Amino acid sequence: MTLVALALVLWAAGWALNVRLASGPQSRSVALAVPLLFGVTLLVMWELIVRGLDVPMVFLPAPTQIALRFAASLPTLWEDFVQTVLKGALSGYVIGCLAAFAVALLADRVDVLRRGLLPVGNFAAALPVVGVAPILVMWFGFDWQSKAAVVVVMVFFPMLVNTVAGLRAAETMQRDLMRTFGASYWQGLVKLRLPAAMPFIFNGLKISTTLALIGAIVAEFFGSPIRGIGFRISTSVGQLSLDMVWAEIAVAALAGSAFYGLVVAIEKRVTFWHPSNRG
Amino acid sequence: MSETAAPISAPEAGVGWSARVARVASAMRQTTLPVLGVLAALLLIWTLACIPMNAAQSVLDASRAGETVSPEAASERRGMSGLALALRNPGPATAHAYSQDRPRLPAPHQVAGALWQSTATVSPTSAQSLIHHGWVTLSATLLGFAIGAGLGIALAVGIVHFRVMEMSVMPWAIVSQTVPIIAIAPMIVVVLYAIGIEGILPKAVIAAYLSFFPVVVGMSKGFRSPDAMQLDLLRTYGASRPQTFWKLRLPASAPYLFASLKIAVAAALIGTIVAELPSGAQAGFGARLLAGSYYGQTVQIWAALFAAAILAAGLVGLIGGLERRALARMGMRP
Repeated sequence: MTLVALALVLWAAGWALNVRLASGPQSRSVALAVPLLFGVTLLVMWELIVRGLDVPMVFLPAPTQIALRFAASLPTLWEDFVQTVLKGALSGYVIGCLAAFAVALLADRVDVLRRGLLPVGNFAAALPVVGVAPILVMWFGFDWQSKAAVVVVMVFFPMLVNTVAGLRAAETMQRDLMRTFGASYWQGLVKLRLPAAMPFIFNGLKISTTLALIGAIVAEFFGSPIRGIGFRISTSVGQLSLDMVWAEIAVAALAGSAFYGLVVAIEKRVTFWHPSNRG
Repeated sequence: MSETAAPISAPEAGVGWSARVARVASAMRQTTLPVLGVLAALLLIWTLACIPMNAAQSVLDASRAGETVSPEAASERRGMSGLALALRNPGPATAHAYSQDRPRLPAPHQVAGALWQSTATVSPTSAQSLIHHGWVTLSATLLGFAIGAGLGIALAVGIVHFRVMEMSVMPWAIVSQTVPIIAIAPMIVVVLYAIGIEGILPKAVIAAYLSFFPVVVGMSKGFRSPDAMQLDLLRTYGASRPQTFWKLRLPASAPYLFASLKIAVAAALIGTIVAELPSGAQAGFGARLLAGSYYGQTVQIWAALFAAAILAAGLVGLIGGLERRALARMGMRP
């Protein structure tokens, strides 16, 4: 019981400190410290309450147990990471985004195609596309190829819709200027319209990072070789070794954030001119 | 799309037509026909793809029926791709592609038939009925959506009013969008089962979790959408903070509300379907997909997939309709 009381005291102290920090002068370090403190307080509370109330492991393992399991099974986690993230999600992401980009260029050229594809794409982006996973697993086998195929289908439409919207982002004045320079279609595309489309394209790329991981993990629930994040999660749940499940979830979370962060870092370098990245 | 529509007042636009007919005709030309064209093209590709996709089975059926196929030996055919088989046996491959029991790719009419058969011809309470499975999924989706959206709006209210909440919670809410949250679905189902909670609630929890963050992010933007001038005006009226909230922030957030609700309901449906996968659920679209993939019932998978898509479209369309009506009554353009 003392541990639980300690948790509550710590929570109150952390929150009070955050209130003080938040109402004080604003700076970058404060903006970083407040959420960090909040996260750390939550973790410590989780630990103390789980230990204080003797919550059984099959219900909720403590953070330290998860960390221990994480450290103890690094080779397994790495194998799963390679299988799901690098082979399944990343290859599907690259293929899907490139395919969507190519179709978007075509749709931009052929106006009828654009007007037909855009509503269909917007509609498809709201559908539960993960449902195609069992079909694609049947077609492409259990290994990572079927996961990559699911990812391709999942990222295609969000990427297509964003790229098509981006290619129309350049203003009429700017396009007219290119025309007065006598620029060909390709020159206008490369020098004006693609750069202007970059914020939209990166928006699509960012949305697709999360979708790619979701697709790769969910597809493994329908059958996979004996490795992969989704496979390990579903089998560990069956064995009630929840610390392993949480370790895999940590891997998925780290991979997702790193993937997203990477795309954001590239975006900052490519669209340095955009108002949201200046000043 | 409307900005590309030809102006109704253009020379000779709608000659001999009333303005309303001209407007409809112009909308038809601008969107409806291209969309129908794209859909028809997709349907055509699907139908044609059935021939090579199902070629192995078609040619096998044909040779069993006594027709001559090339190559004759089944062992030689095994290594060939579907396309090569279909090209060498165009007749049998086409004739047998659309009537198989377990095709690799069911033809559109087979899927439509299965949809019709499992909704209209069986009783809605039987395990064969997609209406039954749809209701199981829909009820969990709606419950989770209501919980998630409600909590999300509540948290957004807190975030807008308390700086410390914004600074501590918002970064985590944004980071959580980059994490494949769906990975925890199997665990939640099993953990809740371990403490005796089963049925609709575990699925609803996952649906709520998935629909929660889009609403938090969207609504805290929406409550902030009034600009400084409007907020200053209310301050000069001496409005209290609750008054500012009810009379300015809440109405101003309506477009954001509907936009995030549309995302949230789609996410809730995905969450429910995924939650039905590992739980050994007996009913629901997820269970239907999983059972179909275990027993190789491809037509059943496709029918469940289309039913789920129709449900998603219906839910998003419903919120879209509410959006148009509400925003029109509030004097905003949707």
